[in-house]
Amino acid sequence: MTKKIYTKEEWIKALAGLKSSYNIFVPVRDGDFHTFKALDEKKNPDFNFKNTRLSPKSLVYPQSERIFEYTLDEDDPDANILRESVKDYSPRAVVGIRPCDAHAFQIVKLNFDNPEYQDPWWIQRYESTTFVGLGCNAPDSTCFCTSVGGGPFSEKGLDAILYDLGDSFLVKALTDKGEIFIEKAQGGKEADETALKVGEDLAASAADKIEQKVSIDKLKDKVQTELFDAPFWNDVAFACINCGTCTYLCPTCWCFDIQDEVLGKQGDRIRNWDSCMFPLFTLHGSGHNPRARKVQRVRQRFMHKLKYYVDKYNNGVQCSGCGRCVRNCPANIDIREVCELMNG
Amino acid sequence: MLEYTKKIRETARKLFEEDKVDVFIGYKKGSVPMMNQPVLISNADQVDLLHWDSNCGLNLCNYLTKRTDRIGIVANGCNSRNIVTHITENQISRDQLYIVGIPCKGMIDHRAVQRAVKQKEILEIKEQGETFTVKGKDFEDTFNKKDYLQRNCLVCTHRNPVIFDEMVAPPVEEQIEVDAYKDVKQIEGMDPEKKWNFFTRMIDKCIRCYACRNACPLCYCPTCFVDESNPQWVGKSSDPIDTMTFHILRAYHCAGRCTDCGACERVCPVGIPMRQFTKKLNKDAQELFSWEAGLTPDQRPLLDVFRPDDYNDFIR
Repeated sequence: MTKKIYTKEEWIKALAGLKSSYNIFVPVRDGDFHTFKALDEKKNPDFNFKNTRLSPKSLVYPQSERIFEYTLDEDDPDANILRESVKDYSPRAVVGIRPCDAHAFQIVKLNFDNPEYQDPWWIQRYESTTFVGLGCNAPDSTCFCTSVGGGPFSEKGLDAILYDLGDSFLVKALTDKGEIFIEKAQGGKEADETALKVGEDLAASAADKIEQKVSIDKLKDKVQTELFDAPFWNDVAFACINCGTCTYLCPTCWCFDIQDEVLGKQGDRIRNWDSCMFPLFTLHGSGHNPRARKVQRVRQRFMHKLKYYVDKYNNGVQCSGCGRCVRNCPANIDIREVCELMNG
Repeated sequence: MLEYTKKIRETARKLFEEDKVDVFIGYKKGSVPMMNQPVLISNADQVDLLHWDSNCGLNLCNYLTKRTDRIGIVANGCNSRNIVTHITENQISRDQLYIVGIPCKGMIDHRAVQRAVKQKEILEIKEQGETFTVKGKDFEDTFNKKDYLQRNCLVCTHRNPVIFDEMVAPPVEEQIEVDAYKDVKQIEGMDPEKKWNFFTRMIDKCIRCYACRNACPLCYCPTCFVDESNPQWVGKSSDPIDTMTFHILRAYHCAGRCTDCGACERVCPVGIPMRQFTKKLNKDAQELFSWEAGLTPDQRPLLDVFRPDDYNDFIR
C-alpha cells in the first residue's frame, strides 16, 4: 500500500485538486468548535483540532433525511404512491476523521447492515464514502478509545490514515479505496524509512498518553435482569435533565423516528434522529409509556450501549470512547463512571 | 467559596440529625473541570459529597418539581427566585422545603475560559477568592473571576436569595446600575428583516436536543408542545422554521417567569445565546408591569392576575 509524505501546504492543495473526483468533507473551525463541512473556497480546513463537537455520523446518517415523497392530488396518476426521493451517492471523502469516529461507523454498521436488515440509504452513503483518518497525537483526558477496542492511531474503519508530523502529513493507504484516493491526490513524495519511523513513534507515544482506563471485561457475563435491577440507577439518573445532548453528539447512537410532513397536497416522509432520553421515544399509540420515568430512560441508554449491544452482537460495547458525552453532558453524567458501576 | 462548602455540609448534617429533611439537594464536584453535578443525598453519611464553587450552573429548582418529601436545598439568588415561582405555581410547597441560602458572586462562564486558553484542554481549576487558576498539560493561567462570569451573572441584581431558612454567609453586595438590557435594546432597534436574520443566524446551529428547555425549571409541563403528536404543533425535522418555532414559543412560555438564571445558555452543546429571547420578555415585564419574577411568594404570577382597576381600557 502507498505511503506518501505531503507538506501541509501540498496536502491542502491536493485536497482542492481532488474536488473534481470527490465531495470532500474536512474539519472547519466554526466559532468555538470544529465541525465537518464540505471543502470550499470560503472556509479553510483546519486539521489542528482535538475533535469536532458533533460527531461526523451525520455525513452518512443525516439528522433529517427525506426518504420518500408523495402527492395527495387525486388528479395525479401517482396519487398516494410513495416514490423514493432522489439522493446523491456520488463519491465522497471525509478527510481528518478521528480514529474513534471511524471505529464508530463500524460499530453502527452492525445495526444498519446485517443479514437480517439492510438500510439502503445508510449503506449506499457509507459505501460511497472514503474515510481518511487523522491519528491523535495528543488525546484528551476524557478520551478512552483504548478501553473499547480502538486507539489514537487505530485503523479500524479507515481507508487511509494521516500522521501529523508537524510541518507535513504522512499518509498511508489502508484499503483499495484509500489507495485510489491517494493515487488521485497530486503532489507529495514517497515516504522514506525515517518518516515512517517518526510516524510509528508518534502512534506508540499517543497510546501511552491515554490514561483513562474503563473496564468492560465483565459486562458480557453479567445477567441482564440483574443489571437492569441494579441499585445504582436512581443515583446515576438523578442529575440527568433528559436532553438529547449525549445521544445527538454520540457517533454510535443510531435511533430514528419517521415522520410524514405535508404541505398542501405534497408530502414528504422524513427520517429524523430520535433519542431514548425523550419520553416520546417510547410513547405507545394506546397512551401507555413503558419508559415514562427518567430513570428508565437513563438506564436504557447505558444498558443498550454497554449490555444489550454486547450480548446481541458479541462485538464489544456500543461506544468508541470519543468522550463527547463526558465533555458535553450538561449534568456531568459520565459514561466512564457508569460503565465501572455496571462492570463492577 | 470553600467556607460555603463547609457550611453547607454542616447544615445538611444537622438537618438529617434533627430529622428535619428526608433528602438534601445540592451539588457535588464534577468528574470534569467546570462542571459540577446536582446530587441528592439521603443521609448524614453522604454530606461530604456536597460542594460549592463557581461552577454550580444548573438550576436545582428543576429537581424539586412535584416532589412529595421534605427537602433541604441550597439556593443562590436566581435559584431561590425559581423556588418562589415553583411555590406560586404549585409545583412544590414552602413547608416541604428547608432552603439553605447562598449569597452568590456569580458563576464562571466555562466557554469564555475555554476561549481564553485557546480551547486547550483544562485539567484542573482552582478558585482563590476573586481569582481562579486553570491548569492544563503545558499551561497554567490565572484570571479575575469578574472578567469570566456568565453573561447573566454580569447583569444580575439579585445575588442574594429572596427566600431562605438559613444563610451560609452574610449577604453579598448587590450590583447596582447594571444595564441589563443593552443587547436587547440593540436588537429592538433593528428593522424586522434584520431582526429575523439576526435570530435565524443565532439559532442556525441548533440540533433540537432540548437541553435549554430541560435545564429550565419553568419547563415542567407533563407533555411539552414540541412533543405533542396529536395534534402535532411543530415538525420534528431540522427544518429552520420548526427550530425557530420551538425557540420562540419556548421563550413565550417563560414570559413573566424567567429569572435569567442562565442555565439554558450554559447547557447548550453548540453555544446558542438563547437568553436573547427570554431577556426581551423580561424587559417587557419590567417596563410594562414593573415586574421581576420570583421575588416573593405572596404575589400571584404576572400572567394570572386581573385588576378591575387596570389602567388599560381594553382589558376592562
